[in-house]
Amino acid sequence: MREIHTDSIVSAVENLFIDANINLSQGVFDALSQAIEKEESPVGKEVIRELINNANIAKAERMPICQDTGLAVTFVEVGQDVHVVGGGLAEAIAEGVRRAYKNGYLRKSCCDPFSRKNTGDNTPPIIHTHIVPGDRIKIVALPKGGGSENYGEVRMLVPSQGKEGVKAFVLDMVTKGGPNPCPPIIVGVGIGGNFETSALLSKEALMVPIGQRNPDPATAAFELEMLDAINRTGIGPQGYGGTMTALDVHIKMLPCHIASLPAAVNIQCHAHRIKEVVI
Amino acid sequence: MEIKRIQTPLDDSAIEKLKAGEKVFLNGFIFTARDSAHKRFFEALDKGEELPFDMRNQIIYYCGPSPAPPGKAIGSCGPTTSGRMDAYAPRLIALGLKGMIGKGKRSQAVKDSLKQHKAVYFGATGGAGALLAKCIVSSEIVAYEDLGPEGVVKLGVKDLPLFVINDMYGNDLYEAGIGKYRR
Repeated sequence: MREIHTDSIVSAVENLFIDANINLSQGVFDALSQAIEKEESPVGKEVIRELINNANIAKAERMPICQDTGLAVTFVEVGQDVHVVGGGLAEAIAEGVRRAYKNGYLRKSCCDPFSRKNTGDNTPPIIHTHIVPGDRIKIVALPKGGGSENYGEVRMLVPSQGKEGVKAFVLDMVTKGGPNPCPPIIVGVGIGGNFETSALLSKEALMVPIGQRNPDPATAAFELEMLDAINRTGIGPQGYGGTMTALDVHIKMLPCHIASLPAAVNIQCHAHRIKEVVI
Repeated sequence: MEIKRIQTPLDDSAIEKLKAGEKVFLNGFIFTARDSAHKRFFEALDKGEELPFDMRNQIIYYCGPSPAPPGKAIGSCGPTTSGRMDAYAPRLIALGLKGMIGKGKRSQAVKDSLKQHKAVYFGATGGAGALLAKCIVSSEIVAYEDLGPEGVVKLGVKDLPLFVINDMYGNDLYEAGIGKYRR
């Protein structure tokens, strides 16, 4: 058993959320740089140029890339040979989030669903935990803004709808969102599993690096087919018209019940903030 | 692309020159207001009370910034989705509001008001909060401080980069852009 003290988890989570919100990851930065070349609309090119300038300014001035610094989503892989000491794992993650949003001057965007009263410290975070072999803890921070999250949905399709049904669903969500989720977007698609698993798969799909294809060749081809269809909608950067509506589409798939075809779409904005650490 | 410089307050002749699809650099002063501030504007109007600022020839920015770090006028301050303010905008435009800055589509009622009263809807690039913050030279809270990031703040802006989305002639950059690049 390896012991990990909650103090190191608190400080790791604090650093991750500040870093993610201020420093755009290189993969996203490179994808935006390539998108300028591919974009056909002059207005679209100008928008992407602004986004690249923005990322540079955010880094230099230590300002959040976007004022919507999101709900604090975390994916945590806990090695089964780890013993957390000093307190609870979930409370340590929450404390890290609390410190990050205070000390990093990040916006607190978490409130009661009906009274809309702000919780004041951006807690509770969203925590997805997986138990894995080994004696380490891996934490991925994915601060997620409201504009893009609002265009997510789970649909229980009929098996006969097949691939075409999933594709139509994805295009429907992208079109419905139009400019609101801040294109160029990244589209996560969860297929199979059951109702709740499909939603989680769609979010996990967003963690796949831009440009990396699904290891299954047929699924990889389906990703590219949907990316092409999305980029033919004409929505473009910020919805002002253009050919770069999405930077990538990622699919995560699991077997499902013989009677079902669950599918979920989770959209991410161009400010795709993601950072990870292994303790 | 070509960039036009404009200065607040905006009068009818300034509005007449703006066309959907143009990029502009805005200079002067603008006022932030989003969901809760608009609700309070309406409560004040319904009671016959004065608004925190005179709407005539002014611009509202739909924005809820992140907290200002030490030494900065403001935190990251990109636009929020404008559609949520559609229910409020026509009445404020009728009172003389000349411009709104945000992101996302507006309702037909808002677009009709732009035509009827000569006003425009600008888009600021969503998610470019650090870039936009760099164009803000001063910040002064004018009302509803208790609303936190939703309070009304008067911002001094220098070359704030915007696109004209809806002009007073009924043109819509979203519709025109999609029409042009749909394959």
